[in-house]
Amino acid sequence: MAQVTLNNVRKVYPNGFEAVKPASFAINDGEFVVLVGPSGCGKSTMLRMIAGLEDISSGELNIGDRVVNDVDPADRDIAMVFQNYALYPHMTVAKNIGYGLKNRKIPADQIAAKVQEAATMLNLTEYLDRKPSQLSGGQRQRVAMGRAIVRDPSLFLFDEPLSNLDAKLRNQMRIEIKALQRRLGVTSVYVTHDQVEAMTMADRIIVMNGGVIEQIGTPSEVYHSPASTFVASFMGAPPMNLLNGHAAGGRVRVGDHDLHHHDQDRPLTVGIRPEDIVPDTTGPLQINVSLIEELGAHRLLHGTLQDQAITIHVGKDHPVTTGPIYAAVKPNAVSLFDVESGMRL
Amino acid sequence: MTVSKRFRWSAVLDHSILIMGALLMILPVVMLLQMASTTDVHTMKNGPGLVFGDQLPLNFQKAMFKADGFTGANTGVRMLYNSMILGFGFAIGKIVVGMMAAYAIVYFRLRFATLAFWVIFTTLLLPLEVRILPSYEIVQKLGMLNTYQGLIIPLIASATATFFFRQFFRAIPEELVEAARIDGAGPIKFFVDILVPLSRTMIAAMFIIMFIYGWNQYLWPTMITTDEGMYTLVRGIKQITQVNEGTNLPEYGRSNLLSIIAILPPVLIVIFFQRWFVKGLTESDK
Ligand SMILES: Nc1ncnc2c1ncn2[C@@H]1O[C@H](COP(=O)(O)OP(=O)(O)OP(=O)(O)O)[C@@H](O)[C@H]1O
Ligand SMILES: [Mg+2]
Repeated sequence: MAQVTLNNVRKVYPNGFEAVKPASFAINDGEFVVLVGPSGCGKSTMLRMIAGLEDISSGELNIGDRVVNDVDPADRDIAMVFQNYALYPHMTVAKNIGYGLKNRKIPADQIAAKVQEAATMLNLTEYLDRKPSQLSGGQRQRVAMGRAIVRDPSLFLFDEPLSNLDAKLRNQMRIEIKALQRRLGVTSVYVTHDQVEAMTMADRIIVMNGGVIEQIGTPSEVYHSPASTFVASFMGAPPMNLLNGHAAGGRVRVGDHDLHHHDQDRPLTVGIRPEDIVPDTTGPLQINVSLIEELGAHRLLHGTLQDQAITIHVGKDHPVTTGPIYAAVKPNAVSLFDVESGMRL
Repeated sequence: MTVSKRFRWSAVLDHSILIMGALLMILPVVMLLQMASTTDVHTMKNGPGLVFGDQLPLNFQKAMFKADGFTGANTGVRMLYNSMILGFGFAIGKIVVGMMAAYAIVYFRLRFATLAFWVIFTTLLLPLEVRILPSYEIVQKLGMLNTYQGLIIPLIASATATFFFRQFFRAIPEELVEAARIDGAGPIKFFVDILVPLSRTMIAAMFIIMFIYGWNQYLWPTMITTDEGMYTLVRGIKQITQVNEGTNLPEYGRSNLLSIIAILPPVLIVIFFQRWFVKGLTESDK
């Protein structure tokens, strides 16, 4: 088990592109951290630096109590699960799982026992003699997991391991991976661009954008108190409503609606989650609903609040119509951001 | 329940084209066999025909064990053996060298890897025939005339094999390489445990091509081997017809039978490796 510490870790690719700007954070022993962000934001680069597959341009990386900047991936005591599984196509499932052990000169009978144990844990025992090409996507993913856990590493690294699975299987594997990680208690870094995976699996989420870490926090912190407008719009489906507002005389107003308190007089961006706006015939907001999205368990109303686009989340039992409705904002549900920097105020 | 197949003219046409093609391929072999089964006198008088004789065992005996020249070393068996060594040495050598060169070019951060590759590639423009004199001189100075090394080594550097293996390696997903790194496979283990087994279809294909190429070499063996015990089949058959151009009758039976024997190993190699080849193609997915 291990703690991972990054100290101003930075990555500049040989072509001069700075994929990860200096980043510092610590991952606690046994913690499940999810790196999330849009495509190209540097998640994989970050993970691959931790794995040792990519050189660290500057800064210091610690795994456990070792500085591992110059340690070979094989000697970092890590295991990695890849997006496309990266199973050895010519080896059986058993050989795939045991290959890392074999290279570490572990006696054959011990390898067999460990492979058996991992296979049992992952429900793979009946497939041990098959080749990867004879397995389904989910089973291949399990083999990749088996290859990771069989070595008892002190750190698991996952790079979008579920993105090739269909939605149903993805939900199932998500729960399995999380349960397995809990059971084994191994520190894990998990990369995804799927914010549902991030929310459901993480102990802490690291949100990245353009090579910069925007926020580090628990799923609840990231969701309810986003550190920037980027995080606000990236996390949550549908994303947080971001409205142009203005603070004057201690009041925050969007158009002529009074929403919140703020001391300084300034323009600002007002963020409200769709589910924090509730239809209320006596409410202060007048919203012009133009489109209703039916999602079964609930509905999304898309419309405008004084020419600004806004989305409201309503329960399935609530009668809805297009046209003007009145709504109220739940108390303490408003986030305020600086207009220029997008940072939380 | 009976299913009546409808008669179609197009089927007749298809089949006649196929049958004609097959005959075109088989007839020369049948001709060889026919001439190998009659006496040389009969062949001399009547030319190739359709009547098979009873001389096959005798001609086989001559083909395999009779030797010409002074030393008596160039029997059919000996030449077959030499050809085998050349074919296998040539094919295996080319595959090993080509694979290792491609491995270095694709997987190692060499300064001039691309340049090196293109330099190797342009040697395709310099086949043996173009560089035969300098090559001969080198072999001669190294004292490798009339040796198997001299026969094989100057030929095994292979731009073709290097090229095909390079293309193949480049198509192997990067993730696989990284997974192996994390699994603790160093450069040699990665090559032996992962690359070689993954390349087996490619190796089989290369082997077929290169074996036949090596087996059919004529010019180079003719130059390098003057010792009769080093003759290969392809060159020895020529020798038989040549030697007997004087007063004696040409040994049609013997040389034709030897020709058939010379066809067999490449045919067997193709048949054997083809099965492998197809199996590998359908089973493995990278
Ligand atoms: N070898 C490289 N050389 C130069 N730039 C690179 C290299 N690899 C990646 N990049 C760039 O670095 C940035 C980050 O890449 P990275 O693969 O880390 O993104 P990501 O967050 O994992 O995206 P995705 O979700 O699409 O996988 C991208 O803009 C990419 O174009
Ligand atoms: Mg990525």
